[in-house]
Amino acid sequence: MKNNILIIGGGPAGLEASAQLQRMGYNVILIERSAKLGGHLAQWDRLFPDRVPADEVLGGLLRATEGVKCFTDTDIRAINRLDKSYNVRLTNGITVLSDAVLVASGFDLFNAVRKEEYGYGIYNQVMTNADLEAYFKTGEDKRIENPRKIGFVHCVGSRDEKSGCRSCSKVCCATAVKQAIEMKQAFPQAEVFCFYMDLRLFGRHYEDLYLEAQKEYGVRFIRGRVAEVSENYDGTLLVKAEDTVASKPLKITLDLLVLMAGMRPSASVKELGEHLGMMVEEDGYFAVRSGIAAGQRSPQPGIFLAGAATGPKTLPETLADARAAAMEIDRYLTEIFPDAKNYKQLVKERW
Amino acid sequence: MIYEGKQKIWSEYQKEIPDDHYFYVRSCIRQSFFPASEATFLDITRNALGKDIFETEHHTTCGGIAYHSDTIPQETVMTIIARQFALMAKHGYENYVCSCITSFGLYCETMETWREYPELEAKIRENLWRSCKLEFAKPKFLVHASDLIYKYRNLIAAQAVRKLVNVHTGEPLKVVEHIGCHYSKMFPSKGVGGAEYPYVLVGMIEAWGGEIVDYPERRHCCGFGFRQYFIKGNRGYSLSNTHKKFESMEPFKPDLIITNCPGCPYFLDRWQYVIAESTGKTYGQDGHGIPALTYEEVAGLVMGYDPWDLGLQTHQVGVEPLLDKMGVEYDPAKKYLGMNGKDLGAPAPCSCLK
Amino acid sequence: MVDFGFGLVPSSRINLDLFDSEKYEQLAEMEPDVRICMACGSCTAVCTAGKFVPTSLREAIEDIKNAKPDKALQMLESCQLCGKCSMVCPRGINTRHLILSISKVYSEK
Repeated sequence: MKNNILIIGGGPAGLEASAQLQRMGYNVILIERSAKLGGHLAQWDRLFPDRVPADEVLGGLLRATEGVKCFTDTDIRAINRLDKSYNVRLTNGITVLSDAVLVASGFDLFNAVRKEEYGYGIYNQVMTNADLEAYFKTGEDKRIENPRKIGFVHCVGSRDEKSGCRSCSKVCCATAVKQAIEMKQAFPQAEVFCFYMDLRLFGRHYEDLYLEAQKEYGVRFIRGRVAEVSENYDGTLLVKAEDTVASKPLKITLDLLVLMAGMRPSASVKELGEHLGMMVEEDGYFAVRSGIAAGQRSPQPGIFLAGAATGPKTLPETLADARAAAMEIDRYLTEIFPDAKNYKQLVKERW
Repeated sequence: MIYEGKQKIWSEYQKEIPDDHYFYVRSCIRQSFFPASEATFLDITRNALGKDIFETEHHTTCGGIAYHSDTIPQETVMTIIARQFALMAKHGYENYVCSCITSFGLYCETMETWREYPELEAKIRENLWRSCKLEFAKPKFLVHASDLIYKYRNLIAAQAVRKLVNVHTGEPLKVVEHIGCHYSKMFPSKGVGGAEYPYVLVGMIEAWGGEIVDYPERRHCCGFGFRQYFIKGNRGYSLSNTHKKFESMEPFKPDLIITNCPGCPYFLDRWQYVIAESTGKTYGQDGHGIPALTYEEVAGLVMGYDPWDLGLQTHQVGVEPLLDKMGVEYDPAKKYLGMNGKDLGAPAPCSCLK
Repeated sequence: MVDFGFGLVPSSRINLDLFDSEKYEQLAEMEPDVRICMACGSCTAVCTAGKFVPTSLREAIEDIKNAKPDKALQMLESCQLCGKCSMVCPRGINTRHLILSISKVYSEK
């Protein structure tokens, strides 16, 4: 008999895990709250470090999930734990009896309006990383009209306890460098400035991207967090930061400011956590079972976690996490789940 | 500038301001800087709007100037404040309104400190009993007098005889608002509109027909800074802060600056004179300055008070261009007449500032 | 004019609006390595002159980018061109050539 597996979230983690589990012969049901599969990947134009089109990556993920039962515009209404399985009622009226559940609820982009001093939604020439990706995709944004001086602000809603987010979002530094290069390619006459606290270019090829931005595109990196933005009489922006290397406050007039909004736990975490009886850590992300080797197991037997549901991750990390989750689920469904007699004991020993 | 974006922020920073029954405390320096502002506040709230605003001659300074100049300990300041609260309770009030921003900030800071360190509140209670044989109750609502005028802004507009409009062009006057640092920078949630985009004065200007000028250095301190001004050696630094603000607002050609702090209107006014007389630069039209008024003075003007009764002759920057724009009638001959028509004498003319 | 015994204080703030990009491009053409400095400070740590007189290539590069070329020249005035900085630069900047290029481009008024 094929086991039913419910996957919550149709972003890269959910899609990749669906494809892998289906290949293993499981019966996968994927639900997605929004109208479209793909999560944030569907909103992005190109991906760091190699600037491959996001569409290509997403297309590959979607092709691999052919045959998976996908329900978009669908949420969980209620969930009950039976002896070993979960009885899940969905908002589309369907009830699924699921032997394992994978939570791939992803992340939300930080709402940049909350950094009041940056004036997103107030000053005309302030935009976010997501807005800029949308511009790259469509070529349209009324804020972008041959800008001569462009600034990028790293760590917007990341490493900022006042914004409720102490941790690093991992992807913004590389995204900022990538977008800085892309803007320079689109507007070769423009001067581009990146305001950072630490450049966290940890991944393979990331440092190359940074070097390329400096060497080939003359992007200027200023170590200091932007502290205040205002609008000048002519509509340009007055931006204040400290150049902490020079130990001096600094000001610059810019035509465009791009805020690198970081990752926040998905708004669905709270509700899902209540439905599933799962712990959320202080940072707002789901807790894994325990310790460094717990991998993708949640504290609840039969419930697994993958992707940004357990904290900020890059896309390759998310995909690797999803594959690992598929392996874990397979192990659970073959080694623990079928043994009805010893199930509880096995959970105790091996979960 | 996207106005709706600001409205969203404003809607998140709305504090509860009771409609009536307040215990009022004055500011130490406002009475000499702007002699009619507090009297105008009481006249408008009590007589024009019929509100119950109580004051007693037994209240003292809050100790804020000494506190911010680092000359008295925090516990002493807190005991002074506890005594004011005791007077409020004694007269049967729960709502506390203060005229001064420094006081407002200090009251907020004290209440917040007591909330976090109840043992300190207990100690102050003991201090007050030992020193004055008084017991205090904390105010249920603590507001600044500008919060109250903000609350009453539409009632004032309903009784206004004129608007903040240039009668010659029909255009709204361009108004710069300047909030005292200690109004909301320390506790953004305690100020109407928060600290980045404060709404308390903007609300008045909108209700009274003016147009707000949002210039880049609007959040910058006026330069008072207590020690920065008190010591002559630091005054150049105080002056430079004010200068920075004026350079930033200049392209917007404001007709008027409205403020809610004791120090800010004083420095935004007097330093214009010093900048003009030491560098030759003026910021108003044709060699004039930009009048910097208190919110009570602006309320008084729209309600038809005589400008000399409002004490506008005590400002360094001449207010006549503003009065002419607003169509306020005034008698130039009476500008320097005091109570009972006594001639106070005109100040020596400035060489640069008209 | 009246002397009040105090007056406006000059601002020490960096004003990037004053940055001369034309001149900087001239320098970058002569020595492209100016673009790739990460401000790690290795050059300054080993500088022969820097222990005795204010000398720092890291700071000079920073000064140029912060629209303070005169300060940059001062920072390099006492350089002895010993070449120790080129040995330690993690990005392999041709420091000697960069120092000479800065002096050349920015000494021309």
